[in-house]
Amino acid sequence: MSAPDATGVAIHTRGLTKRFGSLVAVDHVDLDVPKRSVYGFLGPNGSGKSTTIRMLCGLLMPSEGDIQVLGLPIPKDAEALRRRIGYMTQKFSLFDDLTVRENLEFMAAIQDVPRLMLKSRVDALVAQFHFGDMQGQLAGTMSGGQKQRLALAVAIVHTPELLFLDEPTSAVDPESRRDFWDRLFELADGGTTLLVSTHYMDEAERCHALAILDQGRLVANGTPADLTAALQGRTLMVSASQPRQVRHALTGQPGILSVAQIGNTLRVLGDGQGDPSGDVRDALAKAGIQAELSAIEPNLEDVFVAATHPADATKVHG
Amino acid sequence: MNLQRLVAVMVKELRQLRRDRITFAMVLGIPVAQLLLFGYAINTNLRGLPAAVADQANTSASRAFVMDLLASGVVKPVMRADTPQELMDALRRGQISIGVEVPADFDRRQLDGREQVQVLVDGSDNAVQSAAAQLAGMPGSGAASPLKMQRPVSVVDFYNPDRRSQVNIVPGLIGVILTMTMVLFTAVAIVRERERGNMELLIATPLAKSELMVGKVLPYVAIGLIQATVVLLLGALLFRVPINGSLLDVYAASGLLILANLALGLLISTAAKSQFQAMQMMVFVFLPSILLSGFMFPFAGMPKFAQWIAEALPLTHFLRLIRGVMLRGAGLVELWPDVLALGVFIVAMMALAILRFRKRLD
Repeated sequence: MSAPDATGVAIHTRGLTKRFGSLVAVDHVDLDVPKRSVYGFLGPNGSGKSTTIRMLCGLLMPSEGDIQVLGLPIPKDAEALRRRIGYMTQKFSLFDDLTVRENLEFMAAIQDVPRLMLKSRVDALVAQFHFGDMQGQLAGTMSGGQKQRLALAVAIVHTPELLFLDEPTSAVDPESRRDFWDRLFELADGGTTLLVSTHYMDEAERCHALAILDQGRLVANGTPADLTAALQGRTLMVSASQPRQVRHALTGQPGILSVAQIGNTLRVLGDGQGDPSGDVRDALAKAGIQAELSAIEPNLEDVFVAATHPADATKVHG
Repeated sequence: MNLQRLVAVMVKELRQLRRDRITFAMVLGIPVAQLLLFGYAINTNLRGLPAAVADQANTSASRAFVMDLLASGVVKPVMRADTPQELMDALRRGQISIGVEVPADFDRRQLDGREQVQVLVDGSDNAVQSAAAQLAGMPGSGAASPLKMQRPVSVVDFYNPDRRSQVNIVPGLIGVILTMTMVLFTAVAIVRERERGNMELLIATPLAKSELMVGKVLPYVAIGLIQATVVLLLGALLFRVPINGSLLDVYAASGLLILANLALGLLISTAAKSQFQAMQMMVFVFLPSILLSGFMFPFAGMPKFAQWIAEALPLTHFLRLIRGVMLRGAGLVELWPDVLALGVFIVAMMALAILRFRKRLD
């Protein structure tokens, strides 16, 4: 995984806000997405990922804030931006009653692929995405993974500089997901900037950099390595014969932010006020439970929990 | 407007239409079914109304009168009645629409030149009332009857001398069928793509609003003209409906109505939130079109405000054009006010639809 090329910024927002009535879907988000990188949007459903992407594409009017995408002020120059971006929607949005090839041809034509190049471009995509023997199949009859492959092929039919992908892998099996990510990195190597939203931690870990969204707010951003390094020393593994009792004993105790059961062990995240192992030992002793403690590497899930519940030990997680 | 993108939208629409069997069947099925149904069923010349005659005189003169009455074919005796009371009862029960009461002193009244018979009419249906008025115009029997008089006004029927309803109905049916199918095609066009999620993808591309709208309309113009052809052919073959004017004018008028309805459908589609809502709005347009345009009832008889509404409906203008061209042999140039009205309607609806459509989700 190469470091992102720092020659330019693809997306730049300041104070980006979207309100739907009294609901604040996106709340003063500042983003800087470097060019030629895979940038992740991590967050649960309803955290404002789709709304942010739609505003960046010029499909929704921001209530407040400034957006620049590929140097263009949005929504003012949204029409000029449309020629330079590709957008893969969360829900499959191609035409079920057109064939694979017809979908590609149609989208190539309305994306202004020159008429003389249209056929060769569609042929190239058919080959690249292995649609050779299913060009004549109706899109509506394909499997989830095939639809997602077609949606990606269509999104890049006009070789956009910037590609938005809104939860592209939510409806596909693990193997298709792996293939799909290989293709995304191929595109990034080719010079495309990709913004991918996801709620899968393992996908977020693959991104060059990511932003964590929660209830419309950007709660953390950076490279996965930097984000996890910041939690060094706050994570512990607790092994015990009665993991559920341990969990009960630790949950909500001072100094402990979250406890998650993983098989027969528990993953504990401290609140960042010093080493959590003392707090854990105290709580276990109080409950009279025998358990073993060991240090463990923080992961993005810990980052997410720490970011969404800063030093608020009264809440229960797991 | 970019030609490549416009053509791409048209090709896409045609490909989708070809795969949509129900819509495809509708293209031919609706005109054929409606023409057969309405062509044979709608008949404004009433015949065979269920009736009963209470002949209380029962003389040779009264029996002759009753025979004459029945010979007209307007009424058909369906039951026996002896007293006016029985006629009233049958009328109320709906067994008969017309009751004829011949009083006991029929012969005497005939001699005196007074009213000879009374016709009881079920006035809950206007058409029956006017048929009864025809009966009242019948001469009394007997050459010397004082009721028999010269008609003061002579009426000459032009263009449809043998008074066949189909001659009037079939040209109008072209308009009704086109109104129904064309508005339907485009009313769901935009909203369906929004429901299926296609629209979010389309509006994120350089595709212009006008290209999308015009590209969706144009393929259906051809389909509308095919429908008009089907109705014209069947009308000529089955009902001997003449085309007295130029065939080109017939198609030009049809083309105008098709465009007007497609544009109206698009406007509905930009306003509707779901396909179901679009259907409801379509009915809202369709009913006044049928009832106020002059297809069912004469335009001249409607109150002023209803006429204003009717003037805003494309079907009203089309009916004037198509009856003018097909039956009276008029040219479109002579009928320019209605051509102009349709033209203004098309431009206004199309412009509104394009203006209302936003390449945004909010």
